[in-house]
Amino acid sequence: MRSVRVCVPLVALALAATACSTIGESSGSEEPEDGATPTEVVLVTHESFVLPKKLVKQFEEESGFDLEVRAAGDAGVLTNKLVLTQDNPLGDVAFGVDNTFASRALAEGVFAPYDATLPEGAEQYLLPGDGEDGEARALTPVDNASVCVNVDDTWFAEQDLAAPTSLDDLVDPAYEGLFVTPGAATSSPGMAFLLATIGAYGEDGWQDYWSELMDNDTLLTDGWSDAYQVDFTQGGGKGDRPIVLSYDSSPAFTIADDGTSTTSALLDTCFRQVEYAGVLEGAANPAGAEALVDFLLSPDVQAALPESMYVFPVDASVELPAEWAEFAEQPTEPITVDPEAIAEGRDDWLRDWSDITSR
Amino acid sequence: MLTLENLSVSYDGAPAVVDASLTLEDGHVLAVLGPSGSGKSTLLRAVAGLEPPAGGRITWDGDDLAGVPTHKRGFALMFQDGQLFNHLTVARNVGYALRLRRTPDAGARVRELLELVGLQGYADRLPGTLSGGERQRVALARSLAVQPRLLLLDEPLSALDAGLRERLATDLRDILRAAGTTALMVTHDHEEAFAVADRLAVMRAGRVVQQGEIAEVWRAPADPETALFLGYARVLVNEAAQRVLRAAGLPGAPTVAVRRSALVVAEQGPLRGVVLSGRATPSQIRLVVDVEDVGEMDAVAGHGSHPAPGDRVALTVDAGRLAVTPFGP
Amino acid sequence: MRRLFVLAGLAAVPLAVLGVFFLLPISGMLAEGLWADGTFDPGAVLEVLARPRVQRVIWFTVWSSVLATACAVLLGVPAAHLLHRRRFRGRAALRALLLVPFVLPTVVVGVAFRELIGEAGPLGFLGFDGSAGAIVAGLVFFNVAVVIRAVGAAWESLDTRPAEAAASLGASPAHVFRTVTLPALRPAIVSAASVVFLFCATAFGVVLTLGGLRYSSVETEIYLLTTNLLDLQAAAALSIVQLLAITALLVVTTRLRSVPDPTLARSVARHPRVSRGDWPGLLATSVVVVLVGLPIAALVTGSLQVGDHWSLENYRALTTEGSRQALLVPVTQALVTSLRTAVDATWMSLSLGLLIAVIVSRRSRTRAERRARGLLDGLFMLPLGVSAVTLGFGFLITLDEPPLDFRDSLLLVPIAQALVALPLVVRTLAPVLGGIDDRQRQAAASLGAGPLRTFVTVDLPVMWKPLLAAAGFAFAVSLGEFGATSFLARDDNPTMPIVIFHLIGHPGAMNYGMALAASVVLAATTAVVMLLVERLRVPSVGAF
Repeated sequence: MRSVRVCVPLVALALAATACSTIGESSGSEEPEDGATPTEVVLVTHESFVLPKKLVKQFEEESGFDLEVRAAGDAGVLTNKLVLTQDNPLGDVAFGVDNTFASRALAEGVFAPYDATLPEGAEQYLLPGDGEDGEARALTPVDNASVCVNVDDTWFAEQDLAAPTSLDDLVDPAYEGLFVTPGAATSSPGMAFLLATIGAYGEDGWQDYWSELMDNDTLLTDGWSDAYQVDFTQGGGKGDRPIVLSYDSSPAFTIADDGTSTTSALLDTCFRQVEYAGVLEGAANPAGAEALVDFLLSPDVQAALPESMYVFPVDASVELPAEWAEFAEQPTEPITVDPEAIAEGRDDWLRDWSDITSR
Repeated sequence: MLTLENLSVSYDGAPAVVDASLTLEDGHVLAVLGPSGSGKSTLLRAVAGLEPPAGGRITWDGDDLAGVPTHKRGFALMFQDGQLFNHLTVARNVGYALRLRRTPDAGARVRELLELVGLQGYADRLPGTLSGGERQRVALARSLAVQPRLLLLDEPLSALDAGLRERLATDLRDILRAAGTTALMVTHDHEEAFAVADRLAVMRAGRVVQQGEIAEVWRAPADPETALFLGYARVLVNEAAQRVLRAAGLPGAPTVAVRRSALVVAEQGPLRGVVLSGRATPSQIRLVVDVEDVGEMDAVAGHGSHPAPGDRVALTVDAGRLAVTPFGP
Repeated sequence: MRRLFVLAGLAAVPLAVLGVFFLLPISGMLAEGLWADGTFDPGAVLEVLARPRVQRVIWFTVWSSVLATACAVLLGVPAAHLLHRRRFRGRAALRALLLVPFVLPTVVVGVAFRELIGEAGPLGFLGFDGSAGAIVAGLVFFNVAVVIRAVGAAWESLDTRPAEAAASLGASPAHVFRTVTLPALRPAIVSAASVVFLFCATAFGVVLTLGGLRYSSVETEIYLLTTNLLDLQAAAALSIVQLLAITALLVVTTRLRSVPDPTLARSVARHPRVSRGDWPGLLATSVVVVLVGLPIAALVTGSLQVGDHWSLENYRALTTEGSRQALLVPVTQALVTSLRTAVDATWMSLSLGLLIAVIVSRRSRTRAERRARGLLDGLFMLPLGVSAVTLGFGFLITLDEPPLDFRDSLLLVPIAQALVALPLVVRTLAPVLGGIDDRQRQAAASLGAGPLRTFVTVDLPVMWKPLLAAAGFAFAVSLGEFGATSFLARDDNPTMPIVIFHLIGHPGAMNYGMALAASVVLAATTAVVMLLVERLRVPSVGAF
């Protein structure tokens, strides 16, 4: 057989290559036998998920389960993955579905009910509609971060110009050509900003606002990194736009040599994204899944969130890192849009938004 | 012994070889002669195992070769242009099959083969630096290296120039005889076939039209077309045939093939004609003569005579240069 | 008939891999879209295509890809001549450099490009930012190396004698090129162009980053529809359009690729030095070097700056886990993961690609056989034309049950990357294999060499350089692959592009600097690996 003979050197090559390949490393995901107690808990999450190794070890010691993390894609990808695989879930527990996508996951029945004990101050982050009308609650808030317009204070000081303070200011001709934001269609913070404008100007008013925004020479980029790192005056590169869409925590990362932050977040322009954890319906190890949700709410994890994932904890009693405590201010009254309305309107809003911005 | 029984081969449904039957005894050299497109190369490729038969059988000593891949047949194939491996030296080309078989003392055998083909001292040259004739000698040595039970030669000399071809043909014949090799050669050149082979098969339009001892085939072509292909200059029919046969002192027949040198200018010749044109060659003068009752014919004259166009000449007929063919046109 | 069976037997392994890791997942996703709500509804799919936005998207994809492909070929062919048929110092380094864009994650290239052409960049005055021209330039930046490599590999092994014969008959160099060289190179050029077109038509990051969101391609639209809107019906409609377009493209290129006598003789002549007559090559190479060099230079400069002064701090930080532990693993460890994954992807795509190339390049005896080979040839090009996100979701919904339970397999990433690289490998190898005189193989077989020995004696010596080129492609594709990898990668061992994406996605000057430094390291690693691979080319190889 020719195929067999031709394969011989290839197989030899393959064997040689496996010396440096990834094959053969134990994946650590042996499926438990039917009836046997599962020994691991599988967490499905997005690519931004980072949990320090020390804490992973702590969880494994406390719970007795091995933690297996499967992280890939953004919040949207994660949600849609969970929806598409609900008949045969990818793991036991999911983290990272946010309040812009949560309704879709809940409507599809991806999550099993679990009423975790919430830490102090976390109540306010519960997903509206979840666990009401006598139904059991499925999603547990773990962290939050608000998407806010940020300004470069040093730039405005140099130009002797008052920095903008509101969404309305962004369409003021005085600020023409100064604002850069990631697009709603391709970026999760971009979507959050669109939702902020929808929340602020209503489902019929935001279109006009966006038209004015585009007329005022707003620059749209693909993702957050492009807007912040390339075009923003205080980003990693040498941009020339002093107003950018970013997070409420961003000022904590632009500390100048004199110990003050060169930027600030406009707290009246914020839309809050809350990330949730939940036990997956049909999980192989529901007990482990619940243990992990509880663990994510534990003071140790909550305290580690700002530094590892750049988000605020939901536990109000946790002490923030020094720069955060000083420069990262959270909005007290963020702009909100009902999650149900988001689930319903996302498609049309994005289509309209694309039409307006590509005109 | 190689036997082909009713072999047929087709390309994409179009028949290339039809119902061919041949036998080749050990130690003999069989030339398959035919014009291009006659299917002779396809026949060779089928024997080599490069084309699957559409019908019939190819056997070696009675064993059916169907399903035996080329490299297991033990038939060495030598191409028209040698197909040497250009990245290997002459010695490595020649020793190729020996290394495949892990033959001990291959180096000595390679030297011996190079000597056989007259290429001593060429061992370390690369094929790119050789002349056409040298390349063919290397290819021959490479094919002979493992003493194949059958050597297949695909127009082995036709890529060479005339003088070289003649010399190499003789060498090839001697080398094959010396090695006692059984060989099947295809060619479109009847002189090459006569020079190298001892048996002949003639193919036309995919069919084997005649086979046998080379002299036998040559003496009695199966039909007029075969006669022309075997180098007979003209085929005469009816009256003309009768006239020439009578002049040669042979019994009459409806068809006769005549070689170029069958008619010789001689004072007492039974035929009369008028010279149309003449051309000198080193050995004789070749004429075209309008022969009475026969028509335009080729003839030869010795260098002593000087027939010019328009001269009347008498001609004799050499009976050994005529062949009575069985079928009328 | 028997030959068809042998053909099927040979094709069995690659077909099985393609079936399980491509056809099955794609059909799974298409089925989700076509059978929305459990009923077969092709009408709704057709309706999607009537949307003006969808038509605009398709039109943009077509013209931008055609333009970018044309530019890549026009620049790549002369550059291939200079880089593969002329001798000069630094040739190997230059060849390696040109492959670098291939591995750079688009997010980084986007940043580098925009630092150059953005409003504040040194080329900002061109007003290029956010224009279709920037997208085309970006596409050429990524793909010109494909043309140079593939055409160069064929050109290197081209017999010079026909060209010399034509010249001796009084043909000018331009005439020789048009009448002799170009026809001989046509299979390689058409192959490369078809691959480049597919890469362009399915480009994702470039269109988004450089187009300033004003332009959408079919690929970005599918991504949006699938990940954001979960509109699988519309995504399926666009995927079907993609598949049909690719099939049409393949049919056309198969016609164009075939030449009356593709036999290439291997030339042993030494490459001459650069002379004045090489100006087209010099010009094209200069343009390519500027196009590729500028963004890379911007990247290197950025990586060497901390604040306003020069520093190696960004590089030192690569062994850490980022400022404030942004990463689980140091960048150096991610580099190791990347290299190991790339080794896997390379051997997978090479072994599959070689098998396929052998299958499709052997001469056919019957029309049915020829058709079967053509079909196989096209089939293995399909992975190029399908969105990574479609494939990624498809994996999740179809490969979830034993015996095909691969969702958590560590092999999934290298397999996905190998599938992406496979068409490149086949397209590089098949024209060369097809150019080998079949009688060489027959000569070897008649001397008693089995198929394997024949391959080693006849094919391998000719194949060696193209094989290395293909290995280089596969390796580079794997190192830089982001789309499928980001979808499948597991966090405990991320690859370099994932880590870079992570770094650049967070505020903090240090993270930005580290992202640039990591990109430079990735690019340099690729260049070094490519250089080593070219060095490996010992002359005795194949002289069995």
